[in-house]
Amino acid sequence: MSQPYLSATAMRGGYGKADILNGCTLTVDQGQIAVIVGPNGAGKSTAMKAVFGMLNLREGAVTLGGEDITRLTPQERVHKGMGFVPQTHNIFPTMTVEENLEMGAYIRGDDYRETMEQVYHLFPAVADKRRQNAGELSGGQRQQVAVGRALMTKPRLLMLDEPTAGVSPIVMDELFDRIIEVARTGISILMVEQNARQALEIADIGYVLVQGANRYTDSGKALMADPEVRRTFLGG
Amino acid sequence: MDFLNAIVALLNFVVIPAAAYGAQLALGALGVTLIYGILRFSNFAHGDTMAFGTALVIIVTWGLQALGISLGPLPTALLALPIGIALCSAFVLGTDRVVYRFYRKKKSEPIILVMASVGVMFVMNGVTRLLIGVDEIRFDDGARFLIAVQDFKTWTGLNEGLALRVSQVITFVVTALACWALFRFLNRSRAGKAMRAYADNEDLALLSGIDPERVVRLTWIIATALAVTAGTLYGLDKSFKAFNYFQILLPIFAAAIVGGLGNPLGAVAGGFIVAFSEVAVTYPWKKVAAYLGFQSDGLLQLLSTEYKFAVSFVILIIVLLFRPTGLFRGKAY
Repeated sequence: MSQPYLSATAMRGGYGKADILNGCTLTVDQGQIAVIVGPNGAGKSTAMKAVFGMLNLREGAVTLGGEDITRLTPQERVHKGMGFVPQTHNIFPTMTVEENLEMGAYIRGDDYRETMEQVYHLFPAVADKRRQNAGELSGGQRQQVAVGRALMTKPRLLMLDEPTAGVSPIVMDELFDRIIEVARTGISILMVEQNARQALEIADIGYVLVQGANRYTDSGKALMADPEVRRTFLGG
Repeated sequence: MDFLNAIVALLNFVVIPAAAYGAQLALGALGVTLIYGILRFSNFAHGDTMAFGTALVIIVTWGLQALGISLGPLPTALLALPIGIALCSAFVLGTDRVVYRFYRKKKSEPIILVMASVGVMFVMNGVTRLLIGVDEIRFDDGARFLIAVQDFKTWTGLNEGLALRVSQVITFVVTALACWALFRFLNRSRAGKAMRAYADNEDLALLSGIDPERVVRLTWIIATALAVTAGTLYGLDKSFKAFNYFQILLPIFAAAIVGGLGNPLGAVAGGFIVAFSEVAVTYPWKKVAAYLGFQSDGLLQLLSTEYKFAVSFVILIIVLLFRPTGLFRGKAY
């Protein structure tokens, strides 16, 4: 069997002495949407940060496209094809939308105008505001700019840390539609979500984390159908 | 006729000197505001960076003069300026290497960096005095006036004279060029945008692959270039005295804060606001009032010139009370 595009296996580690991750494993195939859900403090965001190299792992390994990247810094992982959208502070507020995208493409030496057009095509609402400062946009549009910024490096894997936190339900649906569109272009998606139901609906694979370890792993649909998962994590 | 005389007196004693002084403050405040926005601390050594850089410019000027090189009607110091900037930048980058970088790596509180900059200030203060002494130095050569008082009177037939000194015109031209170049750099160039991105969101800049040390170096060099230019223009306009540059730190900070710390446009506006306030409050209005038909026995001077620094203080307090982020919305760390 061929290895999945992203494979983070048996991750163990934390910020201080105590481990937050206790043997957590995440894999995402090309073009798949993987969603991490779980109760507060389960280590969802920490798991994603570990995948991105913002956390030193005591044990475990991360491979991307078959290459071991466990020891690389986040910046080096961006060069390897990872894109990361932090939960907050994910835009440059006093720079225009266009400048935000330009900064996303900072590491690229080639012509990035085509990618920029693709991002504008994906998010027409922010395309109309390309000369406006990103900090002046609505919450949903800011998230679109943040995702657009991360897409500018043409990542193979896009990681989103609670992309729908603090946006209205309508905006959330819209954002999920866009994420599906991104995945259809062959980009793998790994995201952490509070809105577990809606996220699992679009998930090819769902991970339910509890205390830094995998509790349930299945397709999004199957997890939604599992009465045990529903009762304990989705509120009935 | 009297009305014209009033306008000429106003131009001669208030508008032109205040505009020149404002331009010098603006350049200084731009440096302060850039360092605040990007390195995230108030650099108390900025005034002494101006003094040290200007001292270097003066020494290079003397060297050029000894070699018989001059710019004709323009002061030789303009030729020495780029060399002074380069030498001073090297020194400032040295201070970053031995002082600030340590605290930056430790992610120290801004106040610790501020205190470190006070230390750097004292050292630069001493080095400047060792280098060039404490005396007043005039280093403007070339033509003194573009318009002399006597010529103006004969041309216009007015009682009031108007003088426009070469140093003032140079101040206006150089400041305009420096601001234009700086804003163009910040808004158009890749490196300038990277600086703004770093100022906006350090972590995201890092994720985007922007090299923070490169941004820091660039910031120091630009701030130093602005400081040395401001110091040299101030020295040409008035005279060089190391202590004056220490004192000018207050109006420069007032300018940067009035405009909104971290906002370059605000720094320029703040420089002119502080300068015009200072000159307007300390100028004896008796003469202008007389031309306009108000005879007065007093000088009509609100504040004696010795107290001019009080003006900066008052402006600072008013702004901090009523609009702490400044007129152009700066940031606060």
